[in-house]
Amino acid sequence: MRYGMAIDTKKCVGCADCVVACQTENSVPHGYARDWIAETVSGRYPYLELEIRSERCNHCDNTPCVRTCPTGASHVIEGGIVIVTPEECIGCGACIESCPYDARFTHPDGYATKCTFCDHRVKNGQDPACVSVCPTHCMYFGDLDDPNSEVAKIVARRKWKVLAPEAGTQPQIYYLV
Amino acid sequence: MREELITSSRMNPHIDPVLHIWEWQIPLYLFLGGLAAGLLFFAAYYTISGKTEKYRTAVKIAPIIAPIAIILGLMALLLDLKHPAYFWQLYTTIRLESPMSWGAWTLGAVAPLSIVWVVVNLKEIFPAFGCKVPFIKRLLIMVIKEADNGDVKWDWKWEFLQKFEKFVIKQRVPMAWAMIVLALILGVYTGILLSAFNARPLWNTSILGPLFLTSGLSTAAATIMWLSKDHHERTIFSKIDLMLITIELFLISHLIMGMLAGSEVQIQAVELLIGGEFTVAFWTNVIVLGLVVPAILEILELFKFKVPVAVPAFLILWGGLMFRFIMTDAGQVTRYLY
Repeated sequence: MRYGMAIDTKKCVGCADCVVACQTENSVPHGYARDWIAETVSGRYPYLELEIRSERCNHCDNTPCVRTCPTGASHVIEGGIVIVTPEECIGCGACIESCPYDARFTHPDGYATKCTFCDHRVKNGQDPACVSVCPTHCMYFGDLDDPNSEVAKIVARRKWKVLAPEAGTQPQIYYLV
Repeated sequence: MREELITSSRMNPHIDPVLHIWEWQIPLYLFLGGLAAGLLFFAAYYTISGKTEKYRTAVKIAPIIAPIAIILGLMALLLDLKHPAYFWQLYTTIRLESPMSWGAWTLGAVAPLSIVWVVVNLKEIFPAFGCKVPFIKRLLIMVIKEADNGDVKWDWKWEFLQKFEKFVIKQRVPMAWAMIVLALILGVYTGILLSAFNARPLWNTSILGPLFLTSGLSTAAATIMWLSKDHHERTIFSKIDLMLITIELFLISHLIMGMLAGSEVQIQAVELLIGGEFTVAFWTNVIVLGLVVPAILEILELFKFKVPVAVPAFLILWGGLMFRFIMTDAGQVTRYLY
């Protein structure tokens, strides 16, 4: 089983509902965010093109954050979800330095934290909070290893890109373009 | 044109707008760790080669700084942790993939070894000494004896410590072998710690390990040169330092060349040092004041000019410290996205 996400940049309007949903669902401390909206404007006026992406931890296959963690607090659980055990984290910052997506931050309580793919919801068969609230239904979540899952089908059918593939992390969030 | 923006106002403290999760603590530790590694390396090297008397400062006096530097460095590391009370988690597991893990274990081995090394030499350097501060004297005479004239005498109060001391003195050479290996690991580790992060393109070069090791050895040679009162020893360490500075300049030019021949992110990263934000700081403090000027002064000294030893020594230490600060800060500016 390999959880992954596909996000349709052609449908995303950048409303940041996913950001708020995540902050509410996961009690993200005030002033922090586990997901965010990035916009890329390319071209020259009047031939401009706008791409909007909802970004978060990419739950990579090759995880530099897990590799550099000196205590084993950062680890991969079933389905390839990367999470941090707060009780084992010493707050050294190694995983934060090692993430090319800057997806992690230090919780005010002193441990590294980030997107968990809402593993507490996924365990119960629900979608992550961000996916479930998206008003344009631009996000797909599921098992990439299951060829019949919605996410696997759309990744197989559509053209996609991943963020900073040159960083060698094999990210598992696919941006449909 | 291509412009990338985060529009949902992500402003995670220490992450945005520019990553600065590591502040002064890490570069200070990298400097102190490198210095300690260098000092222990020279002490061990001259012990193994049987020149303990010829290089007395290097073997017996300068290493006193090593445990002090290690302890200060460990304190800086502890201050860097956001969960300092959990630091012991480092010693509940060995993770060979994580440089920080084996760095922690190396420090755990080097720190006691360096203390033992210093303590067995103290008796020889300070057999007895007057101690004017009553508080420190009271602390000292808890473990060592007081002489009849009121001086503190470096003799252990307990027999088991005396026995242990005798045992250690006999084992000096095997201890030096352990120390030389650990010192090299510690010195390389200060560089590998940074180079293991491929997300920060400026750090992500394998040359950083040897470069930081060389720089650490060079700061240690400068310290020994500064402390030594023996003319011959000073000249030797001045020559060693000159050689190390040359190697360092060579490695730095390779760092820059290698990055310029690298991928886009690495080219952008190294441009911080050759035209960008950190250029002035890097060239003045590290290259000119930290390497070239002391090298010239040391060459002048070899040609019998009178140069106060403190000047090149201080400049080398300054350059080493600044090099760590600049690399740590500049590295965190470099990234893949946005």
